[in-house]
Amino acid sequence: MSTEVLRAPMSPSQLVPRAAAAGAPPQVTGHGAGGPASKRIIVGYGFWVFLLSDVIMFSSFFAAYSVLFKNTAGGPTARELYDLHNTALETAFLLTSTFTCALASIAVGQRSQKWTQIALACTAVLGVGFLTLEVREFARFVALGAGPSRSAFLSSFFTLVGCHGIHVTVGLLWLTTMMAQFYVKGFRTDIRHRFLCFTLFWHALDIIWVAIFSLVYLVGTLPPGFLP
Amino acid sequence: MSAESHGNYAEYDYAAGSYVGGDRPRGAQPNIEAPPLRRELGGYLLGFALAILLTIASFWVAHTHSIYGPALAVGLLVLAVAQMGIHLIFFLHITTDPDNTNNVLALAFGVLIVCLVVFGSIWVMTHLNQNMTPASMEQLMRMQG
Repeated sequence: MSTEVLRAPMSPSQLVPRAAAAGAPPQVTGHGAGGPASKRIIVGYGFWVFLLSDVIMFSSFFAAYSVLFKNTAGGPTARELYDLHNTALETAFLLTSTFTCALASIAVGQRSQKWTQIALACTAVLGVGFLTLEVREFARFVALGAGPSRSAFLSSFFTLVGCHGIHVTVGLLWLTTMMAQFYVKGFRTDIRHRFLCFTLFWHALDIIWVAIFSLVYLVGTLPPGFLP
Repeated sequence: MSAESHGNYAEYDYAAGSYVGGDRPRGAQPNIEAPPLRRELGGYLLGFALAILLTIASFWVAHTHSIYGPALAVGLLVLAVAQMGIHLIFFLHITTDPDNTNNVLALAFGVLIVCLVVFGSIWVMTHLNQNMTPASMEQLMRMQG
């Protein structure tokens, strides 16, 4: 820990004049010694804790899926249903949208309304593309008679992947709200805190998708003998 | 819409983006200038490139015949965990910064719960499956065979 004290963001010599001017006591931060952390850190931390609880919810769906994976009740198996070209395209859309979302956060840092809106619009378009592919895939399954009520395997599949899809939908609503708020209210501190939470949400959704495309789609289409 | 008309954001450090930590404390000297654009963009580009690389590797592993078959699932798991790590570091900015200690601890606790839920469920349910009466003739034959 001692080395981290040395790497604290501000040295006391930098802090004192400013703090004295503001009438506040000198602060040493990062170790609970200088009073409460800035609002931004608290907002980020609170939302991070929420995201982790969301991840834990997804983990229970993953657990249900892996337990029920082989219970196909004589219906179609994962290997027969999954189309990896579709999955690859979905992955490309969501991964690129995470990158454009990161670009939007750079644009916000630079206070560029134009680039913020452009990057967020790209993120939205890619997100809509992802959702379209997912809905098309679900429709194809249902048309094949492989809806969520066909077998325990398909129930758990639709719950897990559908829950991620619902999160993306909510994220898209949030994203368009952020575009409107940046446009109308500008780069106000509270708006930027909301945007921070949105970027965390969007990046976390991509992390969950990494688990879904690897462990659901890719592992699911391995030859039966190779399954764990 | 001019930036000046929107309150006192200059009081704060560069505060946009997806940094969980990395802010300045209240009362500290504000760093009004944004961090170097090139460095920040470079970080995201590197993260994006690594994520693409790992994604391609995952899809390649799923199709290849040059890897020992039963090891494929574990290989895919390892690649997935690696890519999640890349996302956490480059996009969510979970770092070893002093300001980030709480986030790292929360993450560690989250990972613990996730592992307990997933591996615990698989472990328990596999054993329960073995103790169940066979549902079909086929399963019965397999058990007797």
